[in-house]
Amino acid sequence: MAHVHRIEARYKADPRLKVRTDRIRSLGFPIEELHLIDVYTISTSSRDFTAGELEEIGSQLINPVVQEFTADAATLANFDYAIEVGFLPGVTDNVGTTARQTIEDYFAMKFSEGEAVYSSQLYFVRGRLAPEALKKLAATLANPLVNRVHVKTRQEYGPSGMDRVAPLVELHELPTAELVDLDLDDAELSRLGKEGVVDPQTGQRRGPLALDLPQLHTIRDYFRAKGRKPTDVEIEALAQTWSEHCKHTIFASAMDEDVPKGLYKTCIQGATNRIREERGEKDICLSVFSDNSGGIIFDDTWLVTHKVETHNSPSALDPFGGALTGIVGVNRDTIGFGLGAKPCINIYGFCVSDPESDPALFRGKDRSNPILSPRRILDGVVRGVGVGGNCSGIPTPQGFVWFDDRYVGKPLVFAGTVGVMPRERDGKPLYEKQAQAGDLIVMIGGRVGKDGIHGATFSSEALDPASPVTAVQIGDPITQKKFSDVIVKEARDRDLYHSITDNGAGGISCSVAEMARECNGCHITLDKVPLKYPGMAPWEIWISESQERMTLAVPPAKLEEFMALMEAREVEATVIGSFNDSGRCVVESRGTVVMDLELTFLHDGLPKKHLRTTLSPREYPEPDCTCPDRLDDTLKRMLGRKNICSKEFISIQYDHTVQGGHVLGPIQGIGRVQGMATLTRVVPGSKRAVGLSQALFPAYSEIDPRRMALACIDTAIRGLIATGLPLDAIAILDNFCWCSSDDPERLGQLKAAAFGCFEGATGFSTPFISGKDSMFNDFSGYDAENNPVKVSVPPTLLISSIGVHPDAGNAVSMDAKIEGDLVYVVGETRAELGGSEYFAELGCPGNTVPSLDIAAAKVRYQRMTDALSHGQVASAFPVTHGGLGVALAQVAIAGRLGMDITIPGDARPDWFLFSESLGRFVVTVASENKRTFERILGADAHLLGRVRGSTLRISGMTTLVEVQVSELEAVYKAPFGRY
Amino acid sequence: MAPSSLRRKNTHNFVASGSPSAKGGRQTIPERALILSGFGINSEMETQEVLARAGMDAEIAHINDLISGGKRMADYRLLVFPGGFSYGDDTGAGNAYANRVRNNLQEDIREFLDGDNLVLGICNGFQILANLGLVPAIHQKFDREIALMPNRKGVLECRFVTLKPAADNLWTKGIERISCPVAHGEGNFSCSKETLQHLQRRMMIAFTYVRDEMSPANGEYPYNPNGSVEDVAGITSADGKVLALMPHPERAIEFTNLYDWPLRKERMRRQGQPVPSESVNMQFFRNIVDYFR
Repeated sequence: MAHVHRIEARYKADPRLKVRTDRIRSLGFPIEELHLIDVYTISTSSRDFTAGELEEIGSQLINPVVQEFTADAATLANFDYAIEVGFLPGVTDNVGTTARQTIEDYFAMKFSEGEAVYSSQLYFVRGRLAPEALKKLAATLANPLVNRVHVKTRQEYGPSGMDRVAPLVELHELPTAELVDLDLDDAELSRLGKEGVVDPQTGQRRGPLALDLPQLHTIRDYFRAKGRKPTDVEIEALAQTWSEHCKHTIFASAMDEDVPKGLYKTCIQGATNRIREERGEKDICLSVFSDNSGGIIFDDTWLVTHKVETHNSPSALDPFGGALTGIVGVNRDTIGFGLGAKPCINIYGFCVSDPESDPALFRGKDRSNPILSPRRILDGVVRGVGVGGNCSGIPTPQGFVWFDDRYVGKPLVFAGTVGVMPRERDGKPLYEKQAQAGDLIVMIGGRVGKDGIHGATFSSEALDPASPVTAVQIGDPITQKKFSDVIVKEARDRDLYHSITDNGAGGISCSVAEMARECNGCHITLDKVPLKYPGMAPWEIWISESQERMTLAVPPAKLEEFMALMEAREVEATVIGSFNDSGRCVVESRGTVVMDLELTFLHDGLPKKHLRTTLSPREYPEPDCTCPDRLDDTLKRMLGRKNICSKEFISIQYDHTVQGGHVLGPIQGIGRVQGMATLTRVVPGSKRAVGLSQALFPAYSEIDPRRMALACIDTAIRGLIATGLPLDAIAILDNFCWCSSDDPERLGQLKAAAFGCFEGATGFSTPFISGKDSMFNDFSGYDAENNPVKVSVPPTLLISSIGVHPDAGNAVSMDAKIEGDLVYVVGETRAELGGSEYFAELGCPGNTVPSLDIAAAKVRYQRMTDALSHGQVASAFPVTHGGLGVALAQVAIAGRLGMDITIPGDARPDWFLFSESLGRFVVTVASENKRTFERILGADAHLLGRVRGSTLRISGMTTLVEVQVSELEAVYKAPFGRY
Repeated sequence: MAPSSLRRKNTHNFVASGSPSAKGGRQTIPERALILSGFGINSEMETQEVLARAGMDAEIAHINDLISGGKRMADYRLLVFPGGFSYGDDTGAGNAYANRVRNNLQEDIREFLDGDNLVLGICNGFQILANLGLVPAIHQKFDREIALMPNRKGVLECRFVTLKPAADNLWTKGIERISCPVAHGEGNFSCSKETLQHLQRRMMIAFTYVRDEMSPANGEYPYNPNGSVEDVAGITSADGKVLALMPHPERAIEFTNLYDWPLRKERMRRQGQPVPSESVNMQFFRNIVDYFR
């Protein structure tokens, strides 16, 4: 018999009341006030709490100076509706867990199995709402995938208030592994691959395997030869391991006649191999493509790692949870690099639809299962990455948001983490690892639940009505912080394990099987895996993607010390099996072997594909307008474009100063403009700093994917060059987020972009050190009139750059600094406006995507490095989206200083000012440095004018622009000023 | 339910490995500092670094190592609650960690404060000290008398702020200004009128938020980043031994950590002035170490 008690806590005067109310009003709900009450529901069976004890518990959960609580009594207030939002059974509830620990500590007791504290939030709405609006408000406050909602009117609430609800998971049967029949006709086999295994209990399909017919034939033939039927555990494991998400089949497969080894080996790894060979002793790579992150040299003692992940599909369904698990997930790619690097910088990137639009799109027919609004998605992903980094104590200085309505059904969420670790310990490289036969398989961190099942296969498919709801996970940064600290600050340096890896996509089915390759075999007992609740089927335990877990190989001699350390840090650690050299992956459950596969088949058995591509020439309309006489308004409109204006509201809610390494942050200058690159110290006492930048040009993709890729690489590199970081200290990462990758035309664009990557990387001699791809970013659903709709994202390539600045004290920021300084543009400006922000403003894509002369750019960047390292430059800023006019304005705004600028009279002014030609910088230089600077830069330096006064004046043959910098600043900051 | 076994267990004594530290020219004092960690505390390493630079060796200890008896507060002279997100701010920032301390280490804390020792709390450390009642501890009783409420803007705020000393004590000695980041979601200082008057009368408000040119912020955002009453950024306990501060001076120790260092450097160079390597904020930590010299 469970005893259920309810504590309701609230502020006596809530400081957030106005902000919260305003926010909800801005979403269109005419409410007067929205109050918030924190609710703790305590459910125990082995003991009860007296009224007096509940009072003590309540006072532990609040600060009585500003808060009050009620125990088993309704909070009384003046309101019209009460909306309570709690978690669905089994969803991670961090607040509830913390409250439980506090109670356990206070009473010196432990909650047992089935006992828990559940948190929920009770909203009191003041104001009259129509029933439809009330329903919509409840849906705004909750997400049906993870939340339960209870609504009462004031009358229904009465004196007794909300009901006491303990959302316990109730699972009855104790499921076992089932055999799966593959002797089916091709239609049925296809269905199995698309919709999943039929659950014998419910008759329902279990969710996508994302296995295609040739793959299913291969699996069927394998088991026919064995003379037995596969178990569901084996089928699910193969689906996970062979998924596009894990195996990257599109990048790995042979393509046309000219790419027999596939795009990855040819263009990405191929570029890195060539660069490393050419650079010889000057190679900066230590560990590339073989581990969870890529690692480069920081100095003689330290290395730094980088990895950028995407978490697109989960973020479409639950933006907050998806983005949060995205960032804490990539943190584990750092902790899981080598023997464990310390996460020291997070980066982010969001591609979303215009948050001011509200498109009517539905996953189901008859207006069912609507997509989340772009505003809701933006708010959620911003908050998710913030909570992940802030709670983990990892600074998040670098990031971007890119807006395009084609991201409406499938937003892209990029999350990256830089790590730092010593290169060696006792003469042994820490960036290498090797599980050994005989080592124990230890899982640490959170427990396993039904959350996150079919994540890997799900992200390999387009989002449609059948997308599984269990694919959403909720992150728990503190659970991860606990094991992160103990691994990278304690256990690693005591040599307690041989190998470590992240449990990401596919859960332990992928992590253990992957580690088993290091020694060639493993044996797992699923009964030992700690579960959130009993009653999970063996296949669910094996592939669950419950968050905050890692897998280690611990030698038996070190096990006691390892487990004692974990216990002291309150990190749950469990031995779930052992590594061996049997050549097999064997899984048992309740005394029965439920999986027995050869590792060679598991990892390399998938049938090879040969992909065919086409690439048709495209011709887009060119704008046919003439240049306006004055460009004041044009410049202001450009600065206010969502892809150009300030998104400072994000930068300041992300802690970018923790760990004490801030050198150049997300916001620069007294005018506070978002820079293009950041610099962060990661080793105390070292002069060196890690530079990071990112670039993407989705608007170029449909016009010229090869040039698009070159633009990304050049811009990501150029951001770092502007800070004074030399070219030979830079490495890059690729993230391809493509669409409809079964369409030869899309594959043709992919191929062109990949070859652009090869050309750019080898041309600049900047190696790829890590990368990731996500190939099906398409939304399939219906509009309000039931017409089928498919929305594909524009082919999107994100290039992230990382480099080591030799001396942070010599770094240069973007802001104009001193009255009288000279203003230059370095590099050549051509009429290259295809896909530009200016043409987008004119509503016409055009065709001339910027070209890149890499050889010339290389010389120019070396000259810039020389000028910067000799202290010749007061500010430097790369010219990117929006062109020279926008860059000049941003440099002026950042310094709150005016400029007098003269552009060549023979150029068409708007094209000169807004062309996005690559390879350029805006630079300000003290007059006394004029001769030296011009001598170093040679013909690359074009003097435009001076820093002067408080007005930005631009003239050609006539005056083109004359606007107060303060007015430009207001325009630049207005669009997201109230977010 | 099983009784908690943590307190009685004789667990291993683990020493966290620190990072290489850059000690300044000055001699390191024999007294040592203890920096608490665990459960989401995250600024322990940079705090250790800055204390070492100021001349005091600091050890980082997981709170469980104190609870288990593996480490003793009595072996140290300075106790630091550093910044972080202990327990993810669940049940109120600093509250759950404070409960952990109160329910396990109350006596050790009392004894520590009876000695000639100092306690420093930064950011999450302030929130913990407030919930423990170690500040303001007006009548030497550890009751909760103040609160750090959610920021008025309702979200975490990370930006550089300027602080001015509001009292003359061992912590503020020789400091004209501090320029460093805040990074918190709950830093909105609040208390009753009586408590506030008491803090003012007894000069217990140590630092306030000011505008760039050092005039009072008067509650104006962003100079006062969170809505704190009377622009309070930091207070001491009644006996002056405990300092609690919301902003993070330990994150802006190098000159190049400062928000506007590129501009200041360029101006200094043009005027022929030497460019410093260290920021003004070091004085705050030197004061602490000097107390023990």
